[in-house]
Amino acid sequence: MSRAKTSEPQLTRREPAASERERWLRMYRQMLRIRLFEEQVNDLYKTARMPGLAHLYSGEEGVAVGVCEALLRDDYITSTHRGHGHCLAKGASIDRMFAELLGKAAGYCRGKGGSMHIADQETGNLGANAIVAGSAGIATGAALSSKMRGTEQVVVCFFGDGALGQGVLYEVMNMASLWKLPVIYVCENNLYNEYTPYTETTAGDLCARAEAFGILSQRVDGQDVRAVNAAASTLVARARRGEGPAFLLCDTYRYYGHHVGDIQRTYYRSKEEEEFWRTERDPIALLGAWLVAQGMVDAEALAAMKTEAQAEVEAGVQFGLDAPFPEASEVDQHVYA
Amino acid sequence: MSTPSATLSETGTAAVREITLAQAIREALAEELRRDPTVYVMGEDVAEAGTPFKVLAGLVEEFGPQRIIDSPISEAGFTGLGVGAAMTGMRPVVDIMFGDFIGLIMDQLANQAAKVHYMSGGKLKVPLVVRTTLGATRRSAAQHSQSLHAWVSHVPGLKVALPSTPSDAKGLLKTAIRDDNPVVIFEDKMMYQLKGSVPAEEYTIPFGVADVKRAGTDVTIVATSSMVQVALAAAESLEQLGISAEVVDPRTTYPLDKHTLIESAKKTSRAIVVDEGYERYGVTAELAAVIAEGAFYYLDAPVRRMGAMDVPVPFSPVLEDQTVATPATLIAVAKTLCGRV
Repeated sequence: MSRAKTSEPQLTRREPAASERERWLRMYRQMLRIRLFEEQVNDLYKTARMPGLAHLYSGEEGVAVGVCEALLRDDYITSTHRGHGHCLAKGASIDRMFAELLGKAAGYCRGKGGSMHIADQETGNLGANAIVAGSAGIATGAALSSKMRGTEQVVVCFFGDGALGQGVLYEVMNMASLWKLPVIYVCENNLYNEYTPYTETTAGDLCARAEAFGILSQRVDGQDVRAVNAAASTLVARARRGEGPAFLLCDTYRYYGHHVGDIQRTYYRSKEEEEFWRTERDPIALLGAWLVAQGMVDAEALAAMKTEAQAEVEAGVQFGLDAPFPEASEVDQHVYA
Repeated sequence: MSTPSATLSETGTAAVREITLAQAIREALAEELRRDPTVYVMGEDVAEAGTPFKVLAGLVEEFGPQRIIDSPISEAGFTGLGVGAAMTGMRPVVDIMFGDFIGLIMDQLANQAAKVHYMSGGKLKVPLVVRTTLGATRRSAAQHSQSLHAWVSHVPGLKVALPSTPSDAKGLLKTAIRDDNPVVIFEDKMMYQLKGSVPAEEYTIPFGVADVKRAGTDVTIVATSSMVQVALAAAESLEQLGISAEVVDPRTTYPLDKHTLIESAKKTSRAIVVDEGYERYGVTAELAAVIAEGAFYYLDAPVRRMGAMDVPVPFSPVLEDQTVATPATLIAVAKTLCGRV
């Protein structure tokens, strides 16, 4: 059995910034890795090789990658039930991700967390959370901690449009603004609260909710990773300077259902709508086309990147499948520190 | 009132002072705030106001508003901040003014704080302390009088402490702050002015170690928090009747010192469990089950339970006073159990 790879390298403060071309290529590659990872997860589910369910991030890659590429390695993120993309974008390795999804001891949480609870302290990932808006307090508390410890770490709290229905989000936004905490609230509006259009559940203007607390709010096309990254970079730099929290609303779309088992979706959204987003608004295709148009890369090179990422995913899933389960005796370990 | 034996053996001194339970808590916080710069206090009216019970009076003057932090009235929010801060290097002490308000923070406690260490495979930890209150008879009615420690004692990943004396309050709170796990500590709001002996020197009290508050031979009274004083008063009266009662205070419902409870019941052959939480599905049920399982063949009678009456706590004193055990009701149960009616 091969050994788990170390986490993906991410910028540290000592390294010089990469060239613009390198940065876009890196983002392209990261989005590809997430897409192919999720396709493989779906396959594991459909072939009954994975316990439980998973909530796929396919279609939303521009948000996680655009935001996380604006962060440093020791910055924190909190994630959601639809969190594989956030974890990978922040630097998690594909093989240990698969191991966790398969309940194996080599997984990030020794198989105790599974798809919805991946945490990786080494890459600043404070954990995915299966309670909607469940990490809002944790993220804001980590920002308070950063300020108290004087570390200049910035925290990104990812959540979906469904979290806008949870009161605790507004409690912590209020405190983040009062105390100028370095936290960015990133709302991924993929248009659906599970199986219900967000327009049926969410009144008023979304950005106005954060603005009411005096929080700087921006809306960005989540399918345009360059736009996401530009907005996030500005907001992260601002937070790092001690100028307070921000709210970044990203318009995006999930290609699959609420989870892998949600395959009959026509009662809440049309196949035409899904087709439109896949063909016209795909974040990977959009960046690829731009890179080619800019002459930064040619189609063959993009195809080669895909082949390379596919190989990494295949090796990763094989690592996960081959890895041993935890010892049964681990069941009552880690209840208490 | 006995002083904790662990204390005296650890410190090797008998120097003590008489201070109130509120002073003991304030001392514990002040000492830990001085000792560890990662400790902070957050809650409603904790700074200049020093809480409505004045337990924290004076702390903001010494430690400043950066460490004694007045929060908005957002229990879920600032408890959530505590969880995140604890996960990233701080040791927050969160103040929930009334125990009834733990309903507002239950997701942060039960789904977040309690599970982070386990879900992360042991990588992340949450050294969070939630201080809150319990106890009726303050004429505060149904939403400010409950004793809800059973709710959190139910959840794996949480520890729960229930001090019944000033010295226990200080020692247990210091242990809670140093613990790497989330701890909920319930203080009886009616006992803040209770005076007791507290060692002058530094000490802590370990979790999971019950304290025999009074030795006896005829009946074991396992009592928690507010009910310890009730049990001690009842034991005094029982002594006049020729019944020797042993009063055992578990001090923490988790971890629980099952051994001391069981050994005491084996010795006396009779046991009563008295607690101020609702009786049904409550702490009395758990502790009685522990004794029944561990001391069954030594018992002369079934274990008796005395929890709070299963009603919302009423306002009218005539009604409220019926809902919790008193020395008189406890004496009556003890006499019956000992065949002395």
